[in-house]
Order: sequence, then C-alpha cells, then structure tokens
Amino acid sequence: MSSIAAVSVRRRAGLARREAVDGFLFIAPWLLGFVLWVAGPMLFSLILIFMNWSLLTPPSFAGLENFRTLLSDELIPVSLYNTAYYTFIFVPLHVLLALLAALALNLRIRAVGVFRTVYYLPSITPTVASAMLWLWVFNPDFGLVNLLLRRLQIPSPQWFVDPVWAKPALIIMGLWSLGSAMVIFLAGLQNIPTELYEAASIDGAGTWARFWNVTLPLLSPVIFFNLVVGIIGSFQVFTTVFIVSNGQGGPSNATLFLVLYLYQNGFVFFKMGYASLIAWMLFAIVLIFTGIQFLVARKWVHYEGGL
Amino acid sequence: MGEAVSARTAATARVTPGLTDLTHGVRTLGKGILYFCLIAFGLTFILPYFWMVSTSLKQTGYEFQYPPVWIPNPVVWRNYVDTWNLLPFALWFWNTIVIVVLSMAGAILTASMAGFGFARLRFPGRGLLFTLCLSTMMLPSIVTLIPKFILFTALGWVNTNLPLWVPSWFGGDAFFIFLCRQFFLGIPRELDEAARIDGASSWRIYAQIVLPLSRPVLATMAVFAFQGSWNDFLGPLIYLPDREKMTLAVGLNTMLGMYQTNWNYLMAASTLMTLPIVVLFFLAQRHFVRGIATTGLAGR
Repeated sequence: MSSIAAVSVRRRAGLARREAVDGFLFIAPWLLGFVLWVAGPMLFSLILIFMNWSLLTPPSFAGLENFRTLLSDELIPVSLYNTAYYTFIFVPLHVLLALLAALALNLRIRAVGVFRTVYYLPSITPTVASAMLWLWVFNPDFGLVNLLLRRLQIPSPQWFVDPVWAKPALIIMGLWSLGSAMVIFLAGLQNIPTELYEAASIDGAGTWARFWNVTLPLLSPVIFFNLVVGIIGSFQVFTTVFIVSNGQGGPSNATLFLVLYLYQNGFVFFKMGYASLIAWMLFAIVLIFTGIQFLVARKWVHYEGGL
Repeated sequence: MGEAVSARTAATARVTPGLTDLTHGVRTLGKGILYFCLIAFGLTFILPYFWMVSTSLKQTGYEFQYPPVWIPNPVVWRNYVDTWNLLPFALWFWNTIVIVVLSMAGAILTASMAGFGFARLRFPGRGLLFTLCLSTMMLPSIVTLIPKFILFTALGWVNTNLPLWVPSWFGGDAFFIFLCRQFFLGIPRELDEAARIDGASSWRIYAQIVLPLSRPVLATMAVFAFQGSWNDFLGPLIYLPDREKMTLAVGLNTMLGMYQTNWNYLMAASTLMTLPIVVLFFLAQRHFVRGIATTGLAGR
C-alpha cells in the first residue's frame, strides 16, 4: 500500500517538474528576447547617455556633457511643446470619438457591418500611404479640403506649409484612423453581459441611466487602456511627421516631434549618446504620465475581479 | 424599426405605460439623427480613400482641375503600370514580403508558445514573469532604438533584413502573448487534462489541441503582425539604406521626394501599398473582433 502511494507521489512530483521545465521552454523565446532586445539594450543605453559616440570613431566618456547640451538645446523645448500639443489634443479627442463610434456601431442598426468596415478601414491603411494621401488632401492649392473650403467660401489654411496649421492637420490625420481604438471598444462592449442591461431595465433604468451605471463602469478599463496606449503611442509619433516634413520637422520646426529630433541626432548627426539621452527623457515623461494615469485610475476605473 | 421592439423596450413600456407613443416618436427621431451622423462621418472616412483612388486614375496634369472632378475622365489605368515601372517597385515589394512573412511566422509561433506557457503550465515565477511581460507593453519602444542599432551594427546586420525579422522570433510582441494567453484561458482545461491522462506531452497539447481551437486569435495576430511589419518605416529607414534593399514604405517616401507633383503616380503607389492590407483584412475579418473580444479588457 504505502509503496504504491510513494510511487504515485514521486510520479506526481515528476510530472510537476516536467510541467515546470516545459513551462520555461515554452516561454524561453520570449524570455531570451526580453534579455536580448529589451533589458540588455536598456542597460546599455543607460551607459550611452554618459558617452560621446559617433559610431565612426571609438566612444569616449563624456560625463554630464550630454545633460548640459540637453538643458541648453533650444530644440528640446520646441520638440517637447510640439509633442505635448499633439498628444494632449489628439489623445482625448481620439478616445472620445472612437468611443462614440463604437457605441453607435454597437446598436442594432441596418448595414452595421458596412459602417464598421468603413470606420475601420482608414486605421489599417499603411502609415506612409495615409501620410502621402493626407499631404495631397491638405495640399494648399489643389487638395480636397481646400477645394471644398473654397467652394463654401471659408478661408483655407495652408495646412502643412503653415507652422500654425501643421499640427492641427496632423491631429485631423490621426483622428481619421480611430478604427483600432474603436474595435477595442466594440470588443469591450460586446463583453458586457446583456443580463445586466435587462436587470437595470427591470429596475426602471432608462437608456441614459443604463449607459451611466452599466456601460460606462464596465467599459472603464477599456477606456483606460486606450488612454494609456494612446499617450504612449502619440509621444512616439514619427512616420507621419517624417513624411509630411521630409524628415526636417518643418515648417519652422512646427512638426519637430521628440522622436524625429531623436532620429536626427542619432542617424543624421550621429550623436548616439545624446540621442540615447533624449530617448531616456522621453521614457521618463511617458513613465510619469502612465504613473499618474494609474493613480487616477483607482478613482474611476471599475474592475470586476481584476484581469 | 418601430415594430422591432426589443425585450428591453417592452420592459420599459410596462413600467411607464402612458409614455409609449411619445417614446416611439422620440425613438424614430433619434434613429434618424443617428443614421444621419453615421452616414456623414462615414463619408468623411471614405472620401479621402475615394480621392486617393480617383487621383490615381487621372491623366497627368488633370489632378489640378478646378472644380474637383470625382470620376476621372479619361480613366487612366496605365498610371498603375507606369508607377510600377518608374521605380524598382517589384523589388521593393519582394523585399517587404520576405520580411513580413519571416517576422509574422516567428511572432505567431513564439507568442503562442509563450501564451500557452503562461496560460496552461505551472512553473515557479510564472505570475511575476507574466507581469514583466505585460509591463513591457507600456515601454516606449523608442528607448531601445539606439542601443539596438549599435548592437546590430556590431553584429554586421546593418544593410541586411535580419534586424527587421529576427527579433520577432523571440516572443513577437508582448501584446500578442497577452492576446494568446487570454484566449487559451477560455479553452476548457478538461480537454488537455484528458489528453494528458492519455499520455500526451505539453507540446502535443499545444500543437494538436490548443492551436487548432485558436483560429480567431491566430488570425487576429496574423493581421496585426502583417500590418506591423508591412507598415514599419523607422526600422527599414535606418537598417536598409540601399535602394536595392528598401521596403515599400521607405521606397514610397523616396518616390515622394522624386515625383513631388505627380500626384496621380503617388496616389497609385499609395493605393498599391494599401491594397494587400485591405485584402488581408477582409479575409480575416470574420475572426477579428472575436479575437480581440477574448482579451477580456472589460475586466472579466
């Protein structure tokens, strides 16, 4: 009897060990990738911020020189301002409009599939193609927008040619592709059990009350997710500004965003140390904003049993 | 619309009997406004697309007509042939496809493996490692741009496509792992327990039970992975400076610099670059929202 029990205990322990080994093997590619492409490079770039390195000549220790450059560099406040301007106007608008679109397209309406597809398509358009398309749509003389504005007798801005209108043009362009956030909202809406709505209705809740007391709380984690991801993403906008300004950040540095300036320092001026420092500054800013959002989230994000 | 009174409305009607007619009127009006807004916004979304295709079919010089012409006359299909021959598009297309396929395959394989490990196998430190994996989703990828460039330069990988797909074979993307794990958690455990009693290994359970049941999440991941590397601009821009090795995204930008005023050609090229993604989306559409819905972002 006891020997059989001992065998089965040993067997179970063997199975558990087997499972643990398999577990590590299954996640091994990711874990290795984390070390090779995330943790390692991050540590390496922490060293780089104290170096002068053009890649053409051997690196040299620079101490705090890069930090001093950063503080006196006039283009840093400019690119910070541009990036913040874009982020803080674009992200709230983006999340709000995507939410409204998802709410509308979650209703029982005719041809809902067609509407969903039409709203979603722009967001799968390759960034380079859509940047080129909008460059044409916002063409001051022959673009679609100005042709329409002129017909309506509304003064037409010079868009990407005018330092004042370049960023609003980028924001409009970004809003065009709200589809991916919309799909995430739609998925979230479809995860809300219909029994909850029925129960609320029986309790006498109208459409508005159901929205406030059922939809919004249950959707709040998704709103939070889209806000966090949206801010991280828009702090890193690169491709569109590169295309519309030919990599220059013009006109008058109006589209010089942080990552474009980082790119210029790294791959045009070959200042690897300084570019790494800009990257870390960006990381710190994103971290602070994400942290603030997580703190504020405790007040408004409703988790039902956590993730 | 009015006759399709849902159970919900019926319940409301029972509570407030006198108000049904009024509610009905408000409802119809509301629906009207809703449709109006949906169509108006839908048009703003689709018009730029239409403008792109329309411009791409206009005769050179006709792009600048005023008032704007929506249906080009004549329709110049030749623009597509001309655009294709203006620059080495066939080569760029091929370069892009190679990178896309290799990185898609790696991401789907290794992310689903990691997702399976996190969802199904018990091992010490699992919770902590999964949290670590999730937290990398919030890491701005730009922080590793410079050190990775230096690493790949040291490896002699600059001017090869290796930096653009090899990293995908290491778990793909934290978001993919998250997506897979959430989906796998929804597959009944009894299935793999039964297989395990029959002596199946974890690898067999992964390959023959879990993966075949996971088409929605695999399709979703395939679309995202395809899109990610098809659209990637910064990567090919810094790693593939040679014209012969360029991808479509960077090639298109080169074209913009060379043919600044030939909007018909530029729009034809943009349409060509957009088309494969649109086709892929329609193929995978059936699985798409379901794939995302299972992430349980709504907190369940």
